[in-house]
Amino acid sequence: MRSKVTTLSEAIAAHVLDGACVALEGFTHLIPFAAGHEIIRQGRRDLHLVRMTPDLIYDQMIGMGCASRLTFSWGGNPGVGSLHRLRDAVEHQWPAPLAIDEHTHAGVAAAYSAGAAGLPFATLRGYLGTDLPSVNPRIRSVDCPFTGERLAAVPALNPDVTILHAQRADRRGNVAMHGIVGAQREAAFAARALIVTVEEIVEELPPAMNGIVLPHWIVSAVAQCRGGAYPSYVHDHYARDNSFYQRWDAIARERDGFLAWMNRHVLASRDHATFLASLREVA
Amino acid sequence: MSDWTRDEMMTVAAARQLRDGCICFVGIGLPSAACNLARLTHAPDVVLIYESGTLGTRPDVLPLSIGDGELADTAACVIPLPEVFGYLLQAGRVDVGFLGAAQVDRHGNLNSTVIGPYDAPRTRLPGAGGATEIAAHARQTFVMLKATPRSLVAQLDFRTSGGFLEGNGARARTSMRGTGPQSVITDFGVLQPHPASEELQLSALFEGTTVDEARAATGWPLEVAATVETIAPPTKIELETLRALHARTREAHRRPVRLPA
Repeated sequence: MRSKVTTLSEAIAAHVLDGACVALEGFTHLIPFAAGHEIIRQGRRDLHLVRMTPDLIYDQMIGMGCASRLTFSWGGNPGVGSLHRLRDAVEHQWPAPLAIDEHTHAGVAAAYSAGAAGLPFATLRGYLGTDLPSVNPRIRSVDCPFTGERLAAVPALNPDVTILHAQRADRRGNVAMHGIVGAQREAAFAARALIVTVEEIVEELPPAMNGIVLPHWIVSAVAQCRGGAYPSYVHDHYARDNSFYQRWDAIARERDGFLAWMNRHVLASRDHATFLASLREVA
Repeated sequence: MSDWTRDEMMTVAAARQLRDGCICFVGIGLPSAACNLARLTHAPDVVLIYESGTLGTRPDVLPLSIGDGELADTAACVIPLPEVFGYLLQAGRVDVGFLGAAQVDRHGNLNSTVIGPYDAPRTRLPGAGGATEIAAHARQTFVMLKATPRSLVAQLDFRTSGGFLEGNGARARTSMRGTGPQSVITDFGVLQPHPASEELQLSALFEGTTVDEARAATGWPLEVAATVETIAPPTKIELETLRALHARTREAHRRPVRLPA
């Protein structure tokens, strides 16, 4: 059997094309920063980015001009404030106009679940009492055929590529993750291609009766990438760098400072290990 | 001169609203501090749920994000996100939703999306996250925010989460399952809905605060309830617990994280 194990740069080059719909998921935990940085290095453009919480990784990708569309449900720097690059794109179209497709967490979770199950849309008792349907034509309604209750409907999310970070994979490409798992499993099954970066690759994963395992036949590529979720975190490997999230507010506030930081730490680094080393130099 | 600040009083007043044993969905920021203060004082058996899927969590320090590892480490269990919003919230298994917001209007509707027009915002805020469905489906909600005429407004720029909508029973005519915002806790006191009009009115003041101050901090002509309670100042144990929690949190968030190698 052909191995799914490859390098991150090969996985991105093979699966993430200009104009693709790409979901880098991970709910605060396990955010695939290394993969996002590699997409920036490879200069992808016109991406439709999907994430419940854009977080710093999409702030960086949007600020570096990778995206033309964003589907999301909460776009802040958690506990800190704004994502300045996302705001600059929405408020001033810098560095490029960004179309937004805005939802609630419940709506995106349902849309991924529908996508994973191969259904055309999701229904939920949601988007009640909010103005969101008046600004997002994709939020519609459907009448329950049994009770007549009017429910919200959103189209299924089926990204061209979902990218995740996880604790472990085996050589066949089975992936195991634990801790806060967000909607990653749904985003994985909803995708046409799935790239996973992991802290370690083992010969064989132990049986995990009720654990979260992504089976190898839905995984397109696995790449080992230690520290690949930093400054987000990986349970049982390293903690979330809350002080970095706080510092990001000043780094990203102005365009020049943001570009200088990205040039020095992301573009000038050939891979994630070099990126982490460049941060150690300034620490 | 009191030995507590208005911000501390706001957190203490909010914490006192939580009954021991209730199932509480916690928003980040001010609500997170209040809910954990309740847990560490009068409500040891409150079940705190953060939208990251951490159920029954008992963090030693306040999380910066709703998904810090601290929340998972101290949780009774961690569940996937679609289950949080489907099986717990939408299915009606949450007693209290505790929310913050940038703006609240006279009928308890919340804005956390934009200031200015949606298509050309003056300030783009983070958006809905979990708030819209928490506001709809938790059996009741409590809202915390610092009061200014720009945060307590007559009219929202954008309605992210529904309170009593236009008031006068409008909410009850929708399929929102919860009863809506029963208390808005500010840094002068507490607003609660009028039973018929559902307009927020002043129901309690902190010690040393006046009706005039409350009116000056509110962007609509604030009505006063038939009786306005004076909220007892923080007890020694409440203040010590809150200050120690904040001190532990500051220390933890400052602690350098070793970069992964």
